[in-house]
Amino acid sequence: MARVELMDFDRALELFEPVIGLEVHVELNTATKMFSPAPNPANDANHGAEPNTLVTPVCLGLPGSLPVVNGEAVRKSISLGLALGCEIAPSSRFARKNYFYPDLAKNYQISQYDEPIAFDGEVEVELENGRVFRVPIERAHMEEDAGKLTHVGGSTGRIQGAEYSLVDYNRAGVPLVEIVTRPVVGAEADAPALARAYVSTIRDIALSLGISEARMERGNLRCDANVSLRPRGQEQFGTRTETKNVNSFRSIERAVRYEIQRQAAILAAGGIITQETRHWHEDTGSTSPGRPKSDADDYRYFPEPDLLPVVPSAELIEELRAALPEAPAARRRRLKQEWGFSDDEFQIVANSGMLNELAATVAAGATPAAARKWWTGEIARLANAADRDASSLVSPTHVAELAQLVEAGTLTDRLARQVLEGVVAGEGSPQEIVDARGLAVVSDDGALVAAIDEALAAQPDVLAKIRDGKVQAAGAVIGAVMKAMQGKADAARVRELVLERANAE
Amino acid sequence: MSHGDELIRLSAADLAGRLAAGDVSSVEATQAHLDRIGAVDGAVHAFLHVAGERALDTAADIDRRRAAGESLGELAGVPIAIKDVLVTEGMPSTSGSRILEGWIPPYDATPVRKVREAGLVPLGKTNMDEFAMGSSTEHSAYGPTHNPWDLERIPGGSGGGSAAAVAAFEAPLALGSDTGGSIRQPAHVTGTVGVKPTYGAVSRYGSIALASSLDQIGPVTRTVLDAALLQDVIAGHDPHDSTSIADPWPSMADAVRRADVAGLRIGVVKELDSEGFQAGVRQRFHEALDLLERHGAEIVEVSTPNFEHAIAAYYLILPAEASSNLAKFDSVRFGLRVTPEGGGTVEQVMSATREAGFGPEVKRRIILGTYALSAGYYDAYYGSAQKVRTLVQRDFESAFANVDVLATPTAPTTAFKLGEKLDDPLAMYLNDVATIPANLAGVPGISLPVGLAPEDGLPVGIQFLAPARQDARLYNVGGALEQLLLAEWGGPLLDRAPALTTHELLATEEGAV
Repeated sequence: MARVELMDFDRALELFEPVIGLEVHVELNTATKMFSPAPNPANDANHGAEPNTLVTPVCLGLPGSLPVVNGEAVRKSISLGLALGCEIAPSSRFARKNYFYPDLAKNYQISQYDEPIAFDGEVEVELENGRVFRVPIERAHMEEDAGKLTHVGGSTGRIQGAEYSLVDYNRAGVPLVEIVTRPVVGAEADAPALARAYVSTIRDIALSLGISEARMERGNLRCDANVSLRPRGQEQFGTRTETKNVNSFRSIERAVRYEIQRQAAILAAGGIITQETRHWHEDTGSTSPGRPKSDADDYRYFPEPDLLPVVPSAELIEELRAALPEAPAARRRRLKQEWGFSDDEFQIVANSGMLNELAATVAAGATPAAARKWWTGEIARLANAADRDASSLVSPTHVAELAQLVEAGTLTDRLARQVLEGVVAGEGSPQEIVDARGLAVVSDDGALVAAIDEALAAQPDVLAKIRDGKVQAAGAVIGAVMKAMQGKADAARVRELVLERANAE
Repeated sequence: MSHGDELIRLSAADLAGRLAAGDVSSVEATQAHLDRIGAVDGAVHAFLHVAGERALDTAADIDRRRAAGESLGELAGVPIAIKDVLVTEGMPSTSGSRILEGWIPPYDATPVRKVREAGLVPLGKTNMDEFAMGSSTEHSAYGPTHNPWDLERIPGGSGGGSAAAVAAFEAPLALGSDTGGSIRQPAHVTGTVGVKPTYGAVSRYGSIALASSLDQIGPVTRTVLDAALLQDVIAGHDPHDSTSIADPWPSMADAVRRADVAGLRIGVVKELDSEGFQAGVRQRFHEALDLLERHGAEIVEVSTPNFEHAIAAYYLILPAEASSNLAKFDSVRFGLRVTPEGGGTVEQVMSATREAGFGPEVKRRIILGTYALSAGYYDAYYGSAQKVRTLVQRDFESAFANVDVLATPTAPTTAFKLGEKLDDPLAMYLNDVATIPANLAGVPGISLPVGLAPEDGLPVGIQFLAPARQDARLYNVGGALEQLLLAEWGGPLLDRAPALTTHELLATEEGAV
């Protein structure tokens, strides 16, 4: 492969204005598939099934089989459309998209073409740097997923050089909603970050609606990123590429950035951009050309004669609208205000992806400050060390309980960290661990005084030093007391008691 | 006449009566039909697959259940033949194509399931033009079926196998499918009864799709009452077919039993009563109308000016849908697989399989349909055809504003000779001129015999059409006319068909699978 020239990102932005368009596929988590009663692998209950076990004659496209629309998938699609601020079509139609590919059982995909269920929406997206964009949504339409090919033999796992390919039709017919943005202009240097934040917002929306498991690593959420550049001052959009296979939030940002740099180098050298699909390679952080794509691609769309139009009643649409949860952006604004966080404090929480955990912890009785401290501090550190999701380590209820034990003076921060480790290790709730390990702070002054006496006996000159004004000398006694108490003492109280003794003599 | 010969000539209703009375067992009736198939099907070649053992097991089961006093369906124990377009669990289902040779479906089509649940006894699968594309069975990959009236002639198509099986007394009942006349035109040329119900009356689930918006499953029988009894079994909503009608249906058998044409307004379609139709076909058609008029029906002329464009629209819509429906035959999951010499990519294997597995008529229509749906041509072809379809529907609406049913000859000519039109696709397509409008509009139609054409002694059918969901009107007028004609003839028209002999069987061995 010829070496790909990349232009410096800032230089590229000086010469060209980036325009991005994003297509996000959301796999719905309905119990059954889009057009068949087969169990849906995109629902956690069916995840990880053996190949070709979640199939019916419909999924396999057997002769004589017919699709039937899953009503729950329609309802979830409408909810998603409403959450994207879209109009819901009073009548929409399915169409056949015809092309031959072995993962497509019927050799046509049932999708929506000129009559999508939802259209003309807008999503508010907040970047990590706090900038807010309104991304225009062109449409959201329902369709079915294809099966999955595994290429066997050859070194790359790709079709080139493979000896044979295996087809798993479990995924064939999984309900999808494809959300297509209009061209997004004006993001400038934030275009890569906006692409990432947009997909992250779609994920938040899908999770808040409960319509998808929304795990990118499982393909529940997939993004194709269209990127084009136009020279500064030019009205007309440049030729775009569509980068596929971008399977993490980080790669979305990297892929858009890469395409901007790659296209800028070509254009600046007087070259032309080929309209094509490109594949993102996570390992090399680069894209490579896929299938040439042109507007002349002919899928011979026509209305699906096996299905009736989808005609949701106005009552249903209003019922679903009334049940919509708060939009993620509005919710963030509300929480920030309720919690009294500074911009920076809130941004750190939002960027950590632990907003829901924080909210649940506050709801369980912790102060917002304590909840923030635990989730973005010690829990984040443990999660990082274990390479796990913070939310999988500990429940918000337990974090709230821990924070309350500290608040009440039962635990010091240091003891609380030990208790947290116990919780993560599955030893029980914070209170249970405090009881079992006897970790509570010794608040009996009598026991502390006895320990102080013992420490002073070993270091008789300390009191004199304190009286001479060398207050830091108290540290040695405090350390000895904490050691003797096995850490279960409040160091501040010990210090108070030592100073009282010095002053009293 | 032996006991078996007597059993096979009974109507399904009469046979069902004998079964219910305990005069005869389902095993006896089934064996009689299997014997008949053994004796004549070498000559007729109505069947692609005969499931003799399984049929006898099913029949024995019905006999046991009847003996145990179980309450059974009206047609329980009566044998039935099934067009190979319907998938049958554990039985080959080829749709007349090489590309599905050897495929055994894992499930039953809904009409087949209903037939089984009603206790009928499937005898096997009947021949058809490949993927139901044709009017003669000559496009079957497994050789043509022969018309029992004259073995040198076509039995109609695509469902010539079902019609011939019924006409040759190999089965009292059969299931067919009608996309542009594939039930009615074979009925016309074989002197039998065929009904295309309202679109959506019978589930299409498990019917190997030709054109989804036109296909409809229906009964093929020797009497109007038998057709009604069978439609009562197979009709009704199916959650597996979104286009099946949810509302319940009245009994079609009741409509036949109460048949009365007094005051019925029958519209004669002017455009389908023309010089282009064979003289003897028109003569028998008008005699039948006169007979109805004498018994109280009112005959009026109606015009349907857009019917003349129906064939053109049909031959765009059908290939367009078919080109997409037939894309699944790619060797990946079922059916034939042809690997090019030295191996090949999956695209090359798909291509080689489709090249070898599809016959010329199927390829012709796939190419036509692919073209009609192509970008830049869609509006001119598929789009325009849909507009014509709407106009045809309006013609029906305005006609039915004035009349209860419409009447036409079912097809322009009596059975033509095998091979006569094989090289002339257009002439073959014109066979369906009178039957296609009903499919475009989704309305029901029936064809029943009205006599033999004087010039060639071959059967002629009359077609009645009714508004959508008014299938009962067809059974009313059809049942009434049938009784009037039987009285005139003194017996069924099929009694006049030549006897099929083993001599003829030997003469047409090429028909054997």
